[in-house]
Amino acid sequence: MSTEAIHDDHHDHAPSGIGRWLFSTNHKDIGTMYLIFSLAMLFLGGASAMLLRAELFTPGLQLLDPDTYNNLLTNHALLMVFGVVMPAAAGMANWMIPLMIGAPDMALPRLNNLSFWLLPFAAIMLMISMAAPYFPGGGTPINTGWTLYPPLSIQVGMGMDFAIFTLHILGISSILAAINIVTTIVNMRAPGMTWFKLPLFVWAWMLTGLLLIMIMPVLAGGVTMLLFDRHFGTAFFDAAGGGDPVLFQHLFWFFGHPEVYVLLLPSIGVLGMVVPTFSRKPLFAYKPLVYSMMMLTALGMVVWAHHQYTVGMSQAVTTYFMIGTILISIPVGYMLFSFIFTMWRGAMTFETPMLFAVAIILMFSFAGVTGVMLAVVPADLQYHDTYFVVAHFHYALIPGALFGLYAGVFYWLPKWTGHMYDERLGKIFFWWTTISFNLTFFVQHFSGLAGMPRRIIDYSPVFAEFNMISSIGAFAFGLSHLLFLWIIIKTIRGGDKAADKPWDGAQVGTPGLEWTLPSPPPFHSFSTPPLVK
Amino acid sequence: MTTSTDHYYVPEPSRWPLIGAASVFTFLFGTVLWMNAWGAGPWIMLVGLGLLAYLFRGWFGDVISENLSGSYNGQVDQSFRQGMFWFITSEVFFFITFFGCLYYLRNITLPYLGGEGYLGTSNILWEGFTYSWPPLQVPDASNYTVAKEAMGPAGLPLWNTIILLSSGGTLTWAHWGLKKDNNRQLVLGLAATIALGVVFFILQAYEYGHAYAEMDLTLNSGIYGSTFYMLTGFHGFHVTVGTIMLMVILARAMKRHFSEHNHFAFEAVAWYWHFVDVVWIALYIFVYWL
Ligand code: HEM
Ligand SMILES: [Cu+2]
Repeated sequence: MSTEAIHDDHHDHAPSGIGRWLFSTNHKDIGTMYLIFSLAMLFLGGASAMLLRAELFTPGLQLLDPDTYNNLLTNHALLMVFGVVMPAAAGMANWMIPLMIGAPDMALPRLNNLSFWLLPFAAIMLMISMAAPYFPGGGTPINTGWTLYPPLSIQVGMGMDFAIFTLHILGISSILAAINIVTTIVNMRAPGMTWFKLPLFVWAWMLTGLLLIMIMPVLAGGVTMLLFDRHFGTAFFDAAGGGDPVLFQHLFWFFGHPEVYVLLLPSIGVLGMVVPTFSRKPLFAYKPLVYSMMMLTALGMVVWAHHQYTVGMSQAVTTYFMIGTILISIPVGYMLFSFIFTMWRGAMTFETPMLFAVAIILMFSFAGVTGVMLAVVPADLQYHDTYFVVAHFHYALIPGALFGLYAGVFYWLPKWTGHMYDERLGKIFFWWTTISFNLTFFVQHFSGLAGMPRRIIDYSPVFAEFNMISSIGAFAFGLSHLLFLWIIIKTIRGGDKAADKPWDGAQVGTPGLEWTLPSPPPFHSFSTPPLVK
Repeated sequence: MTTSTDHYYVPEPSRWPLIGAASVFTFLFGTVLWMNAWGAGPWIMLVGLGLLAYLFRGWFGDVISENLSGSYNGQVDQSFRQGMFWFITSEVFFFITFFGCLYYLRNITLPYLGGEGYLGTSNILWEGFTYSWPPLQVPDASNYTVAKEAMGPAGLPLWNTIILLSSGGTLTWAHWGLKKDNNRQLVLGLAATIALGVVFFILQAYEYGHAYAEMDLTLNSGIYGSTFYMLTGFHGFHVTVGTIMLMVILARAMKRHFSEHNHFAFEAVAWYWHFVDVVWIALYIFVYWL
């Protein structure tokens, strides 16, 4: 693939001062803001997790009261899902998609900035929702967990109203971002950048964007009905008035299950870039991989009620959702095989992104296996609402989403900053997080199978050892992120100069045009359409 | 219009997105306070609304003047079109949510509450409740008022259907005018569409008043009132927004902003209006009629 990129220089000065960031229409600056915001939220969400684990260190009540514990737990989940993973993935989309497809910027640059700036405001409102109960007149804390199930969510104090509107703001932000990304991919590809030349990361975001456009309105509708039940006397989720609390669960999970693919797919896209690069082999079976992602997207829309096996749906319905859910392991498994066969007989090296990639394949498979266990109705009747589920989704989300994003950060930091990161520190960070992550969550499979319920501040003393191990692991995991922060700061401030194409295998995989530009790329990457041959 | 281009267009930095985010936050923050009976709430909401109005004026104003100065190329036009297409798609899913709820409540929840289902537990919990649609009773009336009669398909709703359908017609007629470069037809067609939209709005408001005053059909009338007002209310809101957008388009048409080849704004609003039309037909069938 060769390209022709013509720059005209007078276009290349960035605006100065704070206005460059506040009023930005530049995809790289907005991408950077997304990433920094996400990192900040990671520390906030991590801090709340540390507090929860400190409380769980030994049985009995130590630091928190039960309502505060659950308030913090709700906040932790919402922060991690909406404040960390989605913004980081959107930041990478912003940075990389226009570079990969040879576009000047996102299709709708101002809208892009709106999508970003809604996030800090949403974060403020989320913090208010958590803090409100501790002020006079604020009512009771949000002790529902991130799923916000009624009737409890109808009874709690005004913090819930703030949480509902937080979700509305986040929803607007995600829908606008998704519209923008999909439009960019459809409309802004350089001449010759055909659909099946697109880097896997772009494909992954195309499907993520479509999912977001379909599911965020449903969440918005659901929480709006919650709001009306709380304040305007409607009966959507109240059986006494002819409504149904289970209806909310359907709405929530119609959003919620595809949402886990929204969190997963961008990271799969990153793997699709990283694995070929460090295996120095093209992606194995690229087209079927794309098709399997499409299958995942489609199936993901129709299996939501596997979260609700225990609420009394009819047997026909639970059976359908069981079969549908188990079918999902086909495309998931296919994607993993594709990555493994890409590595097969490759000239592999193990730089930090590749270490993460390999670890993801191993640990995420584990989540797939526990997922199939949970998908089986009679088994799930036992596992549901125990720590087994907690272990399952942390194995899915930390390797599947977060580590994939870390791989992306290390893979693209040289492109973004123009400097190589410190490989030795990167490797230390990898081993530190991977070991402490497993320490934290592996034992939760056992406590879960033994029946320890989730979302409860206290537990039976028989689970004491498991929980102590979890807490120690969690503190180590949290601490490792200080090293992550330091590596990033160090890379921004200096380090070896990065070449345009810092990885020698980068061109072998299925890249777009990102490596044809200098590192870091000029303020306006392409001002005329490059030609892809 | 071609979609290829020899030079990319990227807008200059703009302060509107930041103001947009701040205004959404202000408005929603005020709404929470208002719903929880804090005195400052409505004032903060008002500030938020004012900011929003300022924002739309400024942002769209910028886009219009950039368009008129000829900075846009075919690719930008295409981005706008596709953006609007995906936006309407997300709106479709928003309404699917409410229609889906209606389906679920009518076919699963209410029959179960009436004692169907393999367990039949509701016979014990809600003794005496039987299912019918529209439900003029609720399982437990202590927290709910009960509607005296149901909203039928004849009368006002039928008129409203005719009005909205003809407004789709007048809008298409306006579009033909635009394509023939006949500005008079464009302006007349738009004005007629707006008039029909306003009449629809007035009739709908009258119907709500009637439902509240004489039929005891309120937001509080159990699930029937809840679904009725949620569906028709969100639709009415969209009609209102659509009418305001049509008014802007009319003003722009009178200033002769549109030409045969450059009228994305007109088309975007027209798509939106037709979408609102289609939602109404679904409403008429599933809420008023069946
Ligand atoms: C083969 C693939 C998968 C299967 C079969 C599967 C199955 C399930 C099932 C049946 C549950 C409900 C368990 C219960 O509550 O009793 C569940 C929960 C969950 N899964 Fe998965 N899953 C899969 C992959 C994933 C992925 C890829 C993610 C995210 C990236 C994920 C995230 C979650 C989360 C967050 C929950 C818990 C939500 C909550 O209750 O708060 N899963 N999974
Ligand atoms: Cu799921």
